[in-house]
Amino acid sequence: MSRHFMDRLARYVVFVTATLSFLILLAIAVFIVKEGAPTFEKVGVLDFLTGGVWRPGQGQYGILAMIAGSAAVTAGSLLLAIPLGIACAILLAEVAPSGVRRFLRPAVELLVGIPSVVYGLVGLVLLVPAVRHIGGNGFSVLAASIVLMAMVLPTVISISEDSIRAVPVAYKEGALALGATHWQTIWRVILPAARSGIGASIVLGMGRAVGETMAMIMVIGNSIVFPKSPLDPARTLTGNIAVEISYATGIHEDALFATGIVLFLFIVLLNSIAVVTLKRGTHAQSLA
Amino acid sequence: MAGKKKRWLALPVAVVLASMLALAGCGEAATTEEPGDSPPAKQEKSTITEAGSTTVQPVAEKLGHAFTRKYPDVTVVVQGGGSSTGVKSAAAGTVDIGAASRELKESEKTLGLVTHVLAQDGIAIVAHPSQVVSDLSKEQVRDIFAGEITRWSEVGGADREIHVVAREEGSGTRAAFEEMVMGEVLIGAGAILQASNGAVRTAVAGDADAIGFLSFGYINDTIKALSINGVAATVANTNSGKYPVVRPLLFLTKGQPAGVVKQFIDFCLGPEGQAIVEGEGYMSAY
Repeated sequence: MSRHFMDRLARYVVFVTATLSFLILLAIAVFIVKEGAPTFEKVGVLDFLTGGVWRPGQGQYGILAMIAGSAAVTAGSLLLAIPLGIACAILLAEVAPSGVRRFLRPAVELLVGIPSVVYGLVGLVLLVPAVRHIGGNGFSVLAASIVLMAMVLPTVISISEDSIRAVPVAYKEGALALGATHWQTIWRVILPAARSGIGASIVLGMGRAVGETMAMIMVIGNSIVFPKSPLDPARTLTGNIAVEISYATGIHEDALFATGIVLFLFIVLLNSIAVVTLKRGTHAQSLA
Repeated sequence: MAGKKKRWLALPVAVVLASMLALAGCGEAATTEEPGDSPPAKQEKSTITEAGSTTVQPVAEKLGHAFTRKYPDVTVVVQGGGSSTGVKSAAAGTVDIGAASRELKESEKTLGLVTHVLAQDGIAIVAHPSQVVSDLSKEQVRDIFAGEITRWSEVGGADREIHVVAREEGSGTRAAFEEMVMGEVLIGAGAILQASNGAVRTAVAGDADAIGFLSFGYINDTIKALSINGVAATVANTNSGKYPVVRPLLFLTKGQPAGVVKQFIDFCLGPEGQAIVEGEGYMSAY
């Protein structure tokens, strides 16, 4: 085998696999649009997106309450995960001795590997009764946010830590040389320099939060109401699909696919924002 | 140096791949060598798949085990998913038998399904064992689940908020409950929805202020069944017709069943099967 031939072959194989992944994504998108589009004709886009009542048995398909549920849970989890995540990233990148880091970083990455149904189980058995003591019946946005925080945290920590480490050493040395304390350097120089990477990590974490299904079904109560307080139950867009798809037929099934379209578009939007944010950061840094 | 590193890696990778292939091969080894003691119609291993109602699930599993003990070459695979899932799967041919804990709806009667009544089952209204209230009228149950009555003090209990637990919309238990207790009134939107009888039981067992409904077959010590209009939730009362909330448990097949499936259904509807049905806390179909 000539080297030239192997080179061409490798390129070809790599190109084929990349095209394949793109085609699979395209096929999924086409399929859900095909299945979900009839809803928009029968129910109307505006009624579907802003209707507050979801009762398929009565022919009503409005997903606003589910959008509110997903938004509430995502916001709640980010509210908890962002401070904790960035603090942990700072710890790992700047403060912790290398022995601690060698132990802590793999532990954080292990959190990603835990199946979401296990998170849901722990939430169901430990968190829900605990939240019940505070008020309501335990199945709530609060419990769901805490569970989701645990899932979003590893994403935020690892990407933020990487972007903090990517800040040019010259920035840090310059600040320290000018007499700043370590904390002042972190807070006023390193973090602002790493902000695009941290921003991207938050957006990616948001993507994970919006897409989470199994753990949400187990702790959020699945009631189709607008959550007015963190102690109220709610239902997420993903939970809506998962709970009902096995028995839905006709318009009901189409409406669930339409919910899938909404989710798909939202994730594409979030990921695009993440990519743009990250790109802007590296560009700015290379100009510095 | 790079070349040496790569060659060293190749050995463990090859070992892992080879063992994976070997283990995959093992799976098929136990095939059709047994002559078996007159298995139904065929000599090879067969599988009957059943899915649907979670009410039917435990008794279907027991029936499946008993059937396999009698005919060792047949396996019965039992799944849940809810009654509407059972109807949908049976109609689509995804499973051999669909299970439902309610009558077929008008829209479902055109799907070409044949119904076989397996048993009769009562639906119990359940609360936490520490609940003071032990009896409710049918109207009170309806108003509680509709969200009209919101505190236990309104029905004779402590002044605490009532936490309503219900099933998902596709549930046969829910549909039967809605038909027999709620009537035209809708279950309130604030109810917590759980996806199976077992999940409802767990939710009610863990919350002192909860109320829910589930199949008689799922009653145990972790929850307390309330009496309706003074009639206790016992099999005796369903048999005598005094308990108001009773529905049929159905096996559904696409068209008339044949072969192993027919043999299984005949077994379930026959004396051995019905004995198992009654043992699980349901009423015989007759």
